[in-house]
Amino acid sequence: MTTTETETVTLTIDGIEVTAPKGEILIRTCERLGIIVPRFCDHPLLEPAGACRQCLVEVEMGGRPMPKPQASCTMTVADGMVVKTQHTSPVADKAQQGVMELLLINHPLDCPICDKGGECPLQNQAMSTGRTDSRFVETKRTFPKPLPISSQVLLDRERCVLCQRCTRFSDEIAGDPFIDLLERGANQQIGTAEDKPFQSYFSGNTIQICPVGALTSAAYRFRSRPFDLKSTPSVCEHCSSGCASRTDTRRGQVMRKLAGNDPEVNEEWLCDKGRFAFRYLGAKQRITRPLLRDESGQLVEVSWTEALRVAAEGLLAARGNRGIGVLAGGRLTREDAYAYAKFARVAAGTHDVDFRARPHSAEELAFLQTQLTPTVTFAAVEAAPSVLTVGMDLEEESGILFLRVRKAVRKHGQRVFTLGQWSTPGVEKTHATLIKSVPGAEASVLRELSVGGELVDALSATGSVILVGDRAAEVPGLHSAVAELATRTGAQVAWVPRRAGDRGALEVGAVPTLLPGGRPVTDAAARAEVERAWGVTLSAEPGRSTDEILAAAASGALSGLVVGGVDPHDLADPAAALAGLANVGFLVSLEIMTSAVTELADVVLPVAPDAHRAGTYVNWEGRHRPFAPSLDGGGVLPDCRVLDTLAVEMDVDLFTQTPSAAAGDLDRLGPYTGTFTAPTERPGSTPRPAQVGSAVLATWRQLLDDGALQVDEPALAGTARAPRVRANAATAERLGLTEGGQASVATDRGAITLPVELADLPDGVVWLPAHSPGSQVRSTLGVGHGALVRVTAG
Amino acid sequence: MSERAMSGFDELTHVRAKEVIARYPVARSALLPLLHLVQSVEGCVSQDGIRFCAELLDLSTAEVSAVATFYTMYKRTPCGEHLVSVCTNTLCAALGGDDIYRRLSERLGVGHEETAGEPGTTGSLTLEHAECLAACDLAPVIQVNYEYFDNQTVESAERLVEALQRGEKPHPTRGAPLTDLRTVELELAGFTEDPTVAAAAVAGNSAAPETLRGTMIAAERGWAAPAFPDEIPALPEKS
Amino acid sequence: MSDILTPVLTSRWAQENSWTLETYERTGGYRAMRTALAGHPDQLIQLCKDSGLRGRGGAGFPTGMKWSFIPQGGEGAGAKPKYLVINADEGEPGTCKDIPTMMADPHSLIEGCIITSYAIRANFCAIYVRGEALHPIRRLRAAVAEAYAQGYLGTDILGTGFDLEIVVHAGAGAYICGEETALLDSLEGRRGQPRLKPPFPATAGLYASPTVVNNVETIASVPYIVAGGAEWFRTMGSEKSPGPKIYSVSGHVERPGQYEAPMGITLRTLLELAGGMKDGIPLKFWTPGGSSTPMFTAEHLDVPLDFEGAAGAGSMLGTTAVQVFNETVSVPWAVMKWTEFYKHESCGKCTPCREGTYWLVQILERMVHGEGTESDVETLLDVCDNILGRSFCALGDGATSPITSGIKYFRQEFLDLIAEQPAVARPEQLADVELTGAPA
Repeated sequence: MTTTETETVTLTIDGIEVTAPKGEILIRTCERLGIIVPRFCDHPLLEPAGACRQCLVEVEMGGRPMPKPQASCTMTVADGMVVKTQHTSPVADKAQQGVMELLLINHPLDCPICDKGGECPLQNQAMSTGRTDSRFVETKRTFPKPLPISSQVLLDRERCVLCQRCTRFSDEIAGDPFIDLLERGANQQIGTAEDKPFQSYFSGNTIQICPVGALTSAAYRFRSRPFDLKSTPSVCEHCSSGCASRTDTRRGQVMRKLAGNDPEVNEEWLCDKGRFAFRYLGAKQRITRPLLRDESGQLVEVSWTEALRVAAEGLLAARGNRGIGVLAGGRLTREDAYAYAKFARVAAGTHDVDFRARPHSAEELAFLQTQLTPTVTFAAVEAAPSVLTVGMDLEEESGILFLRVRKAVRKHGQRVFTLGQWSTPGVEKTHATLIKSVPGAEASVLRELSVGGELVDALSATGSVILVGDRAAEVPGLHSAVAELATRTGAQVAWVPRRAGDRGALEVGAVPTLLPGGRPVTDAAARAEVERAWGVTLSAEPGRSTDEILAAAASGALSGLVVGGVDPHDLADPAAALAGLANVGFLVSLEIMTSAVTELADVVLPVAPDAHRAGTYVNWEGRHRPFAPSLDGGGVLPDCRVLDTLAVEMDVDLFTQTPSAAAGDLDRLGPYTGTFTAPTERPGSTPRPAQVGSAVLATWRQLLDDGALQVDEPALAGTARAPRVRANAATAERLGLTEGGQASVATDRGAITLPVELADLPDGVVWLPAHSPGSQVRSTLGVGHGALVRVTAG
Repeated sequence: MSERAMSGFDELTHVRAKEVIARYPVARSALLPLLHLVQSVEGCVSQDGIRFCAELLDLSTAEVSAVATFYTMYKRTPCGEHLVSVCTNTLCAALGGDDIYRRLSERLGVGHEETAGEPGTTGSLTLEHAECLAACDLAPVIQVNYEYFDNQTVESAERLVEALQRGEKPHPTRGAPLTDLRTVELELAGFTEDPTVAAAAVAGNSAAPETLRGTMIAAERGWAAPAFPDEIPALPEKS
Repeated sequence: MSDILTPVLTSRWAQENSWTLETYERTGGYRAMRTALAGHPDQLIQLCKDSGLRGRGGAGFPTGMKWSFIPQGGEGAGAKPKYLVINADEGEPGTCKDIPTMMADPHSLIEGCIITSYAIRANFCAIYVRGEALHPIRRLRAAVAEAYAQGYLGTDILGTGFDLEIVVHAGAGAYICGEETALLDSLEGRRGQPRLKPPFPATAGLYASPTVVNNVETIASVPYIVAGGAEWFRTMGSEKSPGPKIYSVSGHVERPGQYEAPMGITLRTLLELAGGMKDGIPLKFWTPGGSSTPMFTAEHLDVPLDFEGAAGAGSMLGTTAVQVFNETVSVPWAVMKWTEFYKHESCGKCTPCREGTYWLVQILERMVHGEGTESDVETLLDVCDNILGRSFCALGDGATSPITSGIKYFRQEFLDLIAEQPAVARPEQLADVELTGAPA
């Protein structure tokens, strides 16, 4: 990017001369001067509306006063403009007082029971700009309230000041125009269509930007007063975007989460999962005391001392036997992931460590090595002329990045290409060109398009970006095809994993081939740096991947496993994974909640969820997102501390007693300076054209589904997209399916039955949500994306 | 869901809807005429009608609802055979419009936007008080299915309503021979069923004495606008 | 000095089958179109400027200047398609000139559309007619069909290479759609709520493309200006308000109706033409151009009804909708009725208009029903002050006109309403009681 000199104008506000960038909205210039003009409809990230008229100021242009006060939220600055706000203009002051009085005539006096009371722009500005008494003695407008406009969002129309922030957000930002203005004049109100609730993955933002208490959430309504809350800046744990958030707690409980304002990352938005999915903290599945499997096979609570002693003894024995594997999971902070990486090498004496708790491949690992120095940012994606997404559905798998791409589409007509199977809502809302592929054939399709044409032309525009999701690992050759396309077009490639910890875990060496900083296990010099720092000798032989580790455990080739935050049902073959976990001699689980792993573990060590720990997520951009605990105590410790203590019991020092100690130890190592070459794997065989009664399966997860961290959130779950089997009309007909009727998708392992919805999939393909209620694809069918399945009606 | 929404409207309505959309450079411009079309089928704008429009124009049902609830001519509940609109804006009201509305309301036993009789049956009437109907020189004015009945009195309005209830179709003072609300909504959407009827409709009277007053006085008194030049003057040079 | 009445726009209205192409052409119609299409578009813009034609929709903006704002050439907005939109959403209380025009002489509007579209290089024109104006819609559509059949619309009109499509678009009942940007949103299939300006329609109007929005009477005047020339047009009216204008006289006069006269005619003259006050009951108040123009009284009988004259006397010319009320009518009652109208028609977008009209109606209804309080008059004025110039569009401003002008001329009547509770305010009741507060 070249820096161009911004054109500026000079104007006077309340007697102060100020220089402002040309085109700046006047109310923003006032803000920069510290002059706060009251407002309701204005929001810096929404198009100006000029609807509430609260921000009226007096303006003089070219020496001539404008005849009417002007809305400072719609007027752009100009050279020589003279502005008088309420501080210096009796006219502006009177106009603002007048509008405030009008806003209040129909506003109920229910502040004492309103969620917004205490943090309400209307309340605050009524104090600063309003009268002490009302001249309105007439009848107030009343509405039945509250009106649920979704299972999560409730609307109180009496409190609404019709600023339209919510409708503008839904239309402009989210692309979900499911709330709108209804009726006219004094009867005008926000509402939904009778047949469709406000089903948006981003609906919670409307609650946060509502300047009154008109929109409230089922999750927080009547739970607390703002002034009873303790607020801590936090970072969202739900995906790899690393959104800035704010966690509000009261008496040791998280009451709500709000979006933080980080213009470089999430701007001021959060997806609803990030906002509402925090009740897992208090779920009955939470583990807060160490557990030990007793002689009867039951897990029983024991002291930390005993648990650590048993774990250490078991692991030492396993190490002495056939060795230990370490599965690090995907939700670790960089400090915790480092502790796993180091524990594996130092305490377990192995490179058998992998963070990839999902389908993965060696090709992927080779690709990830080229992603150690990320170059793409949210801002770069926004500025990109063209974007291609591979192995990901933006809205479902990276909601905030989806919003940024949508913004770019709206603001400068960014061209979006999506390599996928059907026109999902996210595809439609980014006006994306869908590059349709039979599941599993994506690599071949991409290679064919790499020869030249529209896609190559678009991506050849400087600054274009290819976004690669972690599902690319499910298609052999796809990472190689991406690398080839990137070379050909000059487009930058960004890896956007789904989970919050993946990028950090990669960087700190929680993979079988890399040491911290991306040092190859096979690079003697790089290895030696780590050996010196850690005071150990490391093998030059790379370790095994997650699947290989579990297979080794199943076959008895490994004697012990340390598993942190892995759900075997997320892996390519859950049955094989479970077999590994069940058959391994000794299993230590570090977990926040009971899981399929704790079910089988010999020792369960509770670890701290985000609210109770400090640490740093590394988001997909490679940006460090440090956070502090938002709740004190809780009797749980971060993974790095538990591993450090466990290592001490095994007579080894990790120096990861605290996250900051772990970070210090890690940062001393610094980054690797060598380079890697991209993978060059050929595409796998294209799935066979479906035979009678069968189809090729496409599948991925939806944003709101049966994810472990979404437990105990019925209001949130109510806004999830309904699980459906999707196929195109011809395929449905061939398979005997009818829209709205039931279809059964089956393998020898099991079957999933859901209602059918038609979509524009390729012929012979059916789609299922991967992990939604009634549709647990991997664990039920034992197969995934690209597999052949049997499909029948009913 | 989509099949159900579309099924309430017959093939002809679909064809007409496509025709309406084709009139405009941008499809969404067709929404107001499409809602008139929906009313011609349903006698009001129902949820099915909203879905019908939403699917045709690729809008959300909320977006269509937002539009449908903004305009007073779109009715939420099924209307009578006829819609009787009484202007009660200031001037008509001062000349008797309020009294007319009050009397009709009492007589029909219904209030604003309520229907006397079973909606859709012969002689059923939906009553409304309307804002200025732009016939002030002919006040007080009533519209039946948007055809003008000018210079009304309480008595003439009562007679009009009685006739309508009997199934008669009194001729408007200005406008086409009376049909019914659905036919008129179809016409607003841009369609007429029968060319002969349509031609007669176009020929319906438009010139009340009031309309021609100035013209007639001018003719009587020999007043006229200055005469045009014999030849059309040359256009000025462009500046 | 021209005659007192100068039928131009209304000249065909008394013709048999005045609305047909046959009548129109027989009486000189579509000649101007031929001359216009033979010229350069810029010449037509110049002619319109020279004529001094000002918008007949109420604001009186110079029409030629409006046309000249349309960016031309292949760059930026000039490269986009241009549109002509006719504002036929006649709904301002008292206003009833466009509807008879469209019924009686639709071809004059269509010919005006063809000439104007050619001048601004538009190939698509929409005539947005309020939905309740069914018969005008019918006549317009029939006339458009005739014009297509005759080759005056469609592609390559009269072999000139000029293409024009006209759509007659029925609205659906919303006064606010008379506001040009609300009309554009409505025409785009949205709620008729006004848009932010800038951008102005001239650069980003219909479909975000350069658009001229003109009133029916304005565009219907265009063929006559082409046929007669700018000088001819200027022989009527005044220097700044030239041309003929349809004055719609309604209310308590003997012969209400449409009177086309040179701009600047007075109410005194109009009343003479209309046979004087009905039943001889004296004039109390009147509007020069619809309810949004501050009311006048008998003291304004000689105010020239052109843009300058009306403004000079503290009102506006508006739509020359002359509503005449005699002494039987209570001003607070009339003001209440008008305010109820503005409340009903407020689009709801901005706070002052939406909430202000809601409040004003309640105060006025309370006063009229005999429950006024001492402070009500001052509250009314102050609420009006908080709406006027604070609302998003002119509807809010217009809503205050009846109240502020009513109180200005008839304050005592409002005060008496409070003093003499319970008030008696309905016109039919007022006829039986001794009137108070009316000026002699």
